[in-house]
Parts: sequence; C-alpha cells; structure tokens
Amino acid sequence: MITTGTTLSQKVWDQHLVHRAEGEPDLLYVDLHLVHEVTSPQAFDGLRLGERTVRRPDLTLATMDHNVPTAPGPQDPVSVRQMEALERNCAEFGIELYPTGHVGQGIVHVIGPQMGLTQPGLVIVCGDSHTSTHGAFGALAFGIGTSEVEHVLATQTLPQPTPGSMAVTVDGDLPPGVAAKDVILGVIARIGTGGGVGHVIEYRGSAIRSLSMEGRMTVCNMSIEAGARAGMVGPDDTTFAYVEGRPHAPKGAAWERAVEHWRSLRTDPDAAFDREVRIDASELTPYVSWGTNPAQTVSIAGAVPDPASFDDPIHRESAERALAYMALRPGTAIRDIRPDTVFIGSCTNSRIEDLRVAADVVRGRRVRDGLRAMVVPGSMLVKAQAEREGLDLVFRAAGFDWRDAGCSMCLGMNPDQLSPGERCASTSNRNFEGRQGKGGRTHLVSPAVAAATAIAGHFCTPADLGIQRRVADGG
Amino acid sequence: MQPFTTHTGTALPIDRSDVDTDQIIPAEFLKRIERTGFGPFLFAEWRKDPAFVLNRPEHAGASILVAGPNFGTGSSREHAVWALEDAGFRAVIAPSLADIFRTNCTKVGLLPVTLPPDAVRRLMDAVSGDPTTQVTVDLEAKAVNAPGFDAAFDIDDFTRWRLLEGLDDIGLTLNHEAAIAEFEATRPSFLPTAIRSA
Repeated sequence: MITTGTTLSQKVWDQHLVHRAEGEPDLLYVDLHLVHEVTSPQAFDGLRLGERTVRRPDLTLATMDHNVPTAPGPQDPVSVRQMEALERNCAEFGIELYPTGHVGQGIVHVIGPQMGLTQPGLVIVCGDSHTSTHGAFGALAFGIGTSEVEHVLATQTLPQPTPGSMAVTVDGDLPPGVAAKDVILGVIARIGTGGGVGHVIEYRGSAIRSLSMEGRMTVCNMSIEAGARAGMVGPDDTTFAYVEGRPHAPKGAAWERAVEHWRSLRTDPDAAFDREVRIDASELTPYVSWGTNPAQTVSIAGAVPDPASFDDPIHRESAERALAYMALRPGTAIRDIRPDTVFIGSCTNSRIEDLRVAADVVRGRRVRDGLRAMVVPGSMLVKAQAEREGLDLVFRAAGFDWRDAGCSMCLGMNPDQLSPGERCASTSNRNFEGRQGKGGRTHLVSPAVAAATAIAGHFCTPADLGIQRRVADGG
Repeated sequence: MQPFTTHTGTALPIDRSDVDTDQIIPAEFLKRIERTGFGPFLFAEWRKDPAFVLNRPEHAGASILVAGPNFGTGSSREHAVWALEDAGFRAVIAPSLADIFRTNCTKVGLLPVTLPPDAVRRLMDAVSGDPTTQVTVDLEAKAVNAPGFDAAFDIDDFTRWRLLEGLDDIGLTLNHEAAIAEFEATRPSFLPTAIRSA
C-alpha cells in the first residue's frame, strides 16, 4: 500500500531542515538548546580553542541541577568548580543562566516547560538523555553528547541521521491507581531497553490523550529507557491550555498564529509507522522494578521472578546478575520487600501534580519508623507552588525531608546518595547499579506507590492503605 | 579528532548486556571540567572486583572492546567515550549500541561496530579463550578479522568518511553557513527566545 501521509515527527523534522544532500545526514535547526553544568564545560572550551562563538545565545538557556545540594551543608569544592565554570561560560557568551539560589533554578527538564519555552513543533536538544521529556508537547526533543553540545552552540544546528518512526498506542481506560509512570514502565517492559533504538516513538491512543501534560512528560521522559531517540505526543487542547499564559508563551496575535500552526502538527491518518506496538490500558498495573535495568519490572501484586523462567540466555544472565546485586530471592512477593529510603523527585516525577498525589497519600499519616523519606521538587517554582498549597507542611508532618530543587538522589553526583546496600523506592528513571550511590539498590515506582510505601514500610499502593481515590492523574 | 583507518590489537570481552554509561563512568567522576584524564575511572565500580576482566593481566593493553547487546545505554555522558579513549580503546564491537553512545563515539573517533549476535558471540569466545588474539578492525574494508574470524560490518558512508579523515563536524557544518542564515530568516516570529524579558 502506498501512503502519502507523514507522521508528527517527520513533520517537525522536515520543518527544521537546513540542508539535505544524498549520502549525508540531514542538518536540522535547533530552536532551543538547554545547557547544564555537567555536560557543557568541555564544549565551551572547544569553542574557545576553535575561536568560535555561540551563534544564538538567545535560543540557549542554562541552569544548574545535577550537582546542586538540596539542603544546607558543606559544598563539595569539585562541584562548586563545575558550577562556577558554567557561570563564567554563560557570562562570557551571553547565555541566560538560572543558577543555584535563583527562583528560576531547577531541573533543566522541569524549568523549560514551566517557563513556557517548551512548545509544540520545536526542535529541542540538551546534553542530557532525558531531554525526551519535552516531546510531551509535540516537540522533537533529544539528548546529545558534549561534542554535539559544542556543535549546537557554534552553529545552532545538528547533523542527524533520519530516525525510524514507531507508534506506541495505549488505548482504553487506565485502571484506578495506574499512573503515567506505570504506563511508561509497562511500555518499556514490553518493548525492552533496546526496543526503541534508532526510532522516535509517538505515544498515541485514548489512555495517552487522557493524561495531563505532566503525566505525558513522565511518559516521554523515559523514552530513552526504551532506547528511543525521542518520544512525542501530538499536541492538543490539553497542550495549548498548559502553555498559554506562561512567561515565554506567545501572546495576543502571535498566540493565535502559534496555535493555528500547532494544530497542524499531527500524524496524518494515512501515515505509516515503521513499527507499531499496541497496548491495552486495562492490562497495566502499578509496577515496581526488581532488577538493574528499567525493563526489569513486575506488577506490585507480583513476585521477584526466577531467572530460570527467562528463555533468552541474555535475559537470564542479566536477571541473575541483577538479583545478586539487588539481594533479592526469586519468588519474594514485591509487597514483602522493605525499602530503607523513599525518594520522590527527579525529572520523571517532581512536578506539582506528582507532589499533590504523594501528599494526598501521606496526609495525616506517618512515615514508617526507621525509614528515610525525602521530597525534592523539580524546580524552585514547583517548591514555591507546593508551599502555597501547604504540601510542604503535609510532607514534613508525615516525616519527609522537604528539599530545594535539583536532580538530587536520581544520580550519585550530589550529596543526596544511597549508602552501600541501602534499598530505595524511587520515582526516578534509572535503576542501574550504583545509580543512586555506590552499592545502592533502586526500585522504580510511581509517586503514589512511593508515598504509600513510605507509610507502610514495604511496597504497597494507596489502596492497600485504604485510600480509594483514583491517582491516575499526574505522574 | 584522530582519524581511524584500520586498527589491530587485543580485545577486552565484557560479556554482559545493557552495560550502561553509569557503569562505564560513574557520575561521581563527571565533575571534571577537562576533556582528559577519565581513563583511570573507566568501569570504576566493577574494577573493584579483582576478577573483573579489565583487571586481568592477560587482557592488559587491550584496545578493542567486545560487549553484549545495547552497550552504552542510559545517560548521554560523552565522558564514557572519553574514558574508553583515554584508557587506550580504539573500537567497540557489540550486537547493538545505544544511539547517543554510538553518536558520541563517532564524534570522538572511537569506532562503533555492530555485528550480528552470533558473530559477536564467536569473537567474544575467541578473545576470552585466547586473550592474545589479534583482532583487526578495518574501516576502509568495513571488516573485522581475527584468526578464524571474518565479519563485515555496516556503517553509513558519511560517518565512515568523516572517521577516515578525522574531520571535525563543526567545520563541515559551517560550510553551510549561508543555508543556516537563510533558514533563520524564515523562522516564524512567534517562536520563543530564552531572553528573560521576553
């Protein structure tokens, strides 16, 4: 069958073509380049060495997130040196910077959408693999390495081989208690950690449409955990309502023209994807990861699998290694596993809706004795909003630490880390060995499950605590 | 970047799938603001195990990494490639590589090679069985050879040419400066800028 339609990602791609020639990668224009302290210093050094400058500082935005401490205390001098380098580089090249202590500071993938800079149809890049988050708006957004950061700084473009297109369609109603986080964990479990390699995933279907923007961001955020180059959701009225009125959103007549353009950003009915995966929303449940890659998950009602149950020898060996690292026995019920720490935060689940869902679960309850629990808002503005709503009081009264914004315990790079052997229920995105601190053991969960687990002291859902409210909204 | 034409050396077998860049170089070592000096931290955690293959004297001096599927998954940190390069590696061979890791390799001059799973298995077994096995990765011929082993690999012509010549991407792109300026002139006025007063 010959199809003439194009997909959303192809449309955005074609609208950013600066140069195309046979036998070369396409040269794409970059509308927004987000920069943070870890993956940029060598790129700025490269510019200076090559006697080049930043072509479009006005399309470049920097913040500090990976290294920043989220509580008062002594500062690591090496981290300080890296943050100071970003400050110097932004000053030298005229780039807007939201440094620590600024009200606009936060995780780079939280502040872009919050400022209204993340808009449908843009090409957005950042030296961070979770740049896929911004695809929730119908932007084509992907993570890049430091050489590419230098390339974008110098040219505002990026040579890119054409990706494949992949549709992940989730149709039906999400069961009560199933969050956006569970949707993406369910997707990754089905297609695998390499399932999206070389492809841009478009998330489609009624279950995706029913998600809020923040939920869609959670889904797109973890596209990289399925190996995909990017994840996208077609923009709709939910998207426009979220963007409207934000500081960098178009206004007046420009808003009208923008929305008209955004409405054209949809996959044509006769467009063909290179790959299609369909998931019945009713099959999804709250998930908990048991292993050391994000495809190694099981329903919270399930048990740690027996490696011998995997047919593929690669999966079997991977599971054996993971269970040894995680100190888990096959057959152990997930609900019988007792974490030492609960972390609510990261670019996956640190936005206001995530905090509201978690606060609703812990309101009037207490964190289990001996368990460490912390909430790290994704940005200082999310923190301020939560405080206006009194959520900080709810968390503190329950025994949670209430922190400043940053990447925090998602990665072992700042003072928030797991100790060797420490077990954590985490709303972050990666359960790799040592990801949250050397020897730390990570279980990936949704904010609702993380909050309920903090109260019970073992993995559980809000429903297990007698909370019947639907928590599908948000993360 | 250093051109890559052909390279012969011994190989380090890392017989695991989904080796993520957090393992290749843990986050605590990403605080350096320099481009060099990451080699000593390559596989820092796994290296604490004396039995880890990188610690084994028979694999000392290996310059070709042979790994399981989805190597380089996870974080975009180019530091992973810098650490491999700094530790003396010139090529990585696996059944599949994560996209960002693969791109980072091509920017640095570390040759990313994907071969069918059964070919990688045979090579893995060969270099594990005899660590002195000399493996040749020939980018001109797009082939990997070792005694009793011969496999062809695919790589797009543009990347191959850039690696063979050791060309800097930025220089190539700036040849299209006029096209960039022309594109910029047509961008709609409703698009955002990061300027704070906007």
